[in-house]
Amino acid sequence: MSVATTHDHHHDHHGPPRGWQRWVYSTNHKDIGTMYLFFALFMLFFGGAMAMYIRAELFMPGVQLASPDFYNNMVTDHALVMVFGMVMPAAAGMANWMIPMMIGAPDMALPRLNNLSFWLLPAAAILLMLSIVAPYIFPDGGTPVNTGWTLLPPLSVQNGIGMDFTIFAIHTLGVSSILASINIVTTILNMRAPGMTMMKMPLFVWAWFFTALLLIAVMPVLAGAVTMLLFDRHFGTSFFDAAGGGDPILFQHLFWFFGHPEVYVLLLPSIGVLGLVIPTFARKPLFGYKALVYGMGILAALGMVVWAHHQYTIGMSLVATNYFMIGTILISIPVGLMLMNFIFTMWRGSMTFETPMLFGIAIILMFSFAGVTGVMLAVVPADMQYHDTMFVVAHFHYALIPGAVFGLYAGVFYWLPKWTGHMYNERLGQIFFWWTTISFNLTFFPQHFSGLAGMPRRIVDYSIQYTEFNMISSIGGFLFGLSHLLFLFIIIQTIRGGAKAPAKPWEGSQIGTPGLEWTLPSPPPFHSFTEAPVIK
Amino acid sequence: MLPRRDKCLSALFITGVTCLFSSMAHAAYEYNLTPPASTLTQEIFDLHMLTTIVGTIIMALVTGMIIYALINFRHAKGAVPDQEFHNGWFGRWAWVLVPVIVLSIDLTIASSASSTLSSVESHDKADVTVKVIGSQWKWTYEYMDDDIKIVSNLKKLEPTDPLYLRDVDDPLVLPTGKRVRFLLTSSDVLHNWGIAEIVPKKINIPGYINETWTNITKEGTYRGQCYENCGTGHAFMPAVVRAVSPTEYEQWKVTRKAQQAQAAAEASADKVWAKAELMAKGEAVYTKNCLACHQANGQGLPGVFPALAGSKIANNSAALAEHIAIVVKGKAGTAMAAWGPQLNDLDIAAVVTYERNAWGNTAGELVQPKDIKAAR
Ligand code: HEM
Ligand SMILES: [Cu+2]
Repeated sequence: MSVATTHDHHHDHHGPPRGWQRWVYSTNHKDIGTMYLFFALFMLFFGGAMAMYIRAELFMPGVQLASPDFYNNMVTDHALVMVFGMVMPAAAGMANWMIPMMIGAPDMALPRLNNLSFWLLPAAAILLMLSIVAPYIFPDGGTPVNTGWTLLPPLSVQNGIGMDFTIFAIHTLGVSSILASINIVTTILNMRAPGMTMMKMPLFVWAWFFTALLLIAVMPVLAGAVTMLLFDRHFGTSFFDAAGGGDPILFQHLFWFFGHPEVYVLLLPSIGVLGLVIPTFARKPLFGYKALVYGMGILAALGMVVWAHHQYTIGMSLVATNYFMIGTILISIPVGLMLMNFIFTMWRGSMTFETPMLFGIAIILMFSFAGVTGVMLAVVPADMQYHDTMFVVAHFHYALIPGAVFGLYAGVFYWLPKWTGHMYNERLGQIFFWWTTISFNLTFFPQHFSGLAGMPRRIVDYSIQYTEFNMISSIGGFLFGLSHLLFLFIIIQTIRGGAKAPAKPWEGSQIGTPGLEWTLPSPPPFHSFTEAPVIK
Repeated sequence: MLPRRDKCLSALFITGVTCLFSSMAHAAYEYNLTPPASTLTQEIFDLHMLTTIVGTIIMALVTGMIIYALINFRHAKGAVPDQEFHNGWFGRWAWVLVPVIVLSIDLTIASSASSTLSSVESHDKADVTVKVIGSQWKWTYEYMDDDIKIVSNLKKLEPTDPLYLRDVDDPLVLPTGKRVRFLLTSSDVLHNWGIAEIVPKKINIPGYINETWTNITKEGTYRGQCYENCGTGHAFMPAVVRAVSPTEYEQWKVTRKAQQAQAAAEASADKVWAKAELMAKGEAVYTKNCLACHQANGQGLPGVFPALAGSKIANNSAALAEHIAIVVKGKAGTAMAAWGPQLNDLDIAAVVTYERNAWGNTAGELVQPKDIKAAR
């Protein structure tokens, strides 16, 4: 069978290959996107189960459910799973689905690489799961990974064999992210339809462009840091051991040189979604599209040079500390600009409140709040009081859950009609919104108070003065966890049926800088664009 | 007369606000940073209040604008979208205006923060210098100008006790009204000695020394704990400081030194101790230093901390030298610390004897202080 006939064969049927091969060998951006999204959904429940365990343990003072080391292992893996297994793959799934359709490309630039970057993820997930059980199944397995997701030595050098699995999982995740990012950057630069200039791209595409650049820049640093850790553990080096001439703080610099930009990796794709959702439901073009694009660029650049604000207590020189403090405080400028652009997009608009818009408005409010506590934390002397307390936990959950996770929910509801060809149940969507938003605040707001009062983070047990705040937090946490069963139900229901979605399910989606996805039917055909669309 | 609905609303509002304030009055500081008790932490507290207030105002503005938009620019109300809004003068200048406003707020905060930061980092001459050593899982305090050393361990209390996880057997004692410098370090992993009332935190790094300071203004007991994840016992590392007047402090030092001298004399004498004495002393040392990991029943935690009951080292006459060595020198790459620098010969002799004779172990040797001296 020649290449040409295979090609024709495809064109005759215009349908996907059948059976398991469709998925395992897939090079189709939509199928790979779908797999990313389901993987993320699975990890959401996996990481969520760990969060439920954490909140159950913290419901009352005393160690009730498991050992302190197991608790710390759950705190570590909850974070790793949510960050690398949930938020990043979900955002990558949306990128795979939407970017080619938005810019009028037939597929991603490097489809086979795309297949590889997805299939590395389940492999990494298996390694992570092994890291949890390894200490129990190997004789002399040592302690579980009890360091927290920052994996700080020397504690991480003491850990048992589980740490090695964690390190390999991070390597695998890193390779996957870098390959996916290269693919996305290449697609955006090379595959745009004629007439789709960079400044005509939908904001989501821009957001992913910066995200991918950040990932390519910082992922290798994390990979290097954990490799050095591996060498310290097994090959007698002492990169991080003062006794051998090394420096334990070096690891922190490497980790946070990756870790701080990573925060924007989690945030930016969701900001990209907001840049589409808010104009759509306000029926008015994005206010300050250009300012937002430049703002995101500045944010990404500034984000690369302020990593040490996670380490104000390591004992830096006065000059260095001042530099990191001012740099960090300045981040409020692009962030403020962004929030302003969204608020003024709503201004003098004509708003309706479908589920994606509800999430959009909630994000603006709660993310502003995270920004405010962020500025408080940026102030070094005050941070020397807040550091490693629950206040920090509260801050980053206000940043990550509205800033990243709710943005993804907004995206899911915004595009579900396009993906499945069915409208989701709007009533259930709104119930889901109110349920998550209220329980989220119930969970994390009290943590600001317990943190200020001095409760450290990553402790399995606390003194009774913090009991009330933790009880409220736990009840909120369980409700938040429970709400996701409704989320799952809505998605399954929409996939299985429902009102037929038109090509343009949202009245306002053609305003401003729309993507080309709305010119395709819902669901779009297996090969999105067989002929390059032309933009005037 | 107000309409009925407004009356109800204002009544509700007033009750709400009263409740809020009355609950805040008697528990004011449980919602906020702990009340400062030193000159430096007072300065930091004021800075914290400044940023909190600025933040609250910003949140009020943002919330106000969003609510205004939600009320007035609704499709349901027949609002017509202004498609040219972003092309007006505001649309063309907002990207400068807003950053300039934010920048000026930023600079206000940064300048005030910068001056407090200089106080934190000032290195004026100290009246008292204390070295704070973190180890898994307790604090050791060494007075650099006096020959005094304190080992602070968690005091075991029931989870219902008001001081649960907040009390130690032997707190650090400091004078008020004096500048006290803390040199922070660690003997194993990262720890973080934190007591918000009196010091800004700096972490304890093995092999390095960090510095922070205080000048305590009020007598009293101040409680904090470890703030850097240091493994299994991280939640069980309270840090307690008892601040007393300078005269009381001087008296305390005299008594303390006398006690220490007596204990040291006892330990270094070449006296041969009887089994019962060694076992009793050994159990006390074990409970204070070893129990957290190896457990009261000597069973350790499987997979995490090795058992001593029936162990190849503690229950084997051929391995006595190895047993002493591991206690004195520790085991690299694990949580087993080197106790040589921390305990005296008598303590180590006693605890090794105890471990070889407790929980059904039958190795049976009596270890004397002179054996330890020889093994060091
Ligand atoms: C049901 C929802 C969730 C609950 C109840 C929850 C709860 C918690 C708790 C109790 C901790 C440990 C705090 C400590 O350090 O002592 C934690 C840590 C963390 N969570 Fe969540 N979380 C939830 C969802 C998420 C999501 C969706 C993300 C990511 C986008 C996330 C990211 C993190 C991160 C990065 C940490 C830091 C872990 C560390 O530093 O060790 N969480 N969470
Ligand atoms: Cu510690």
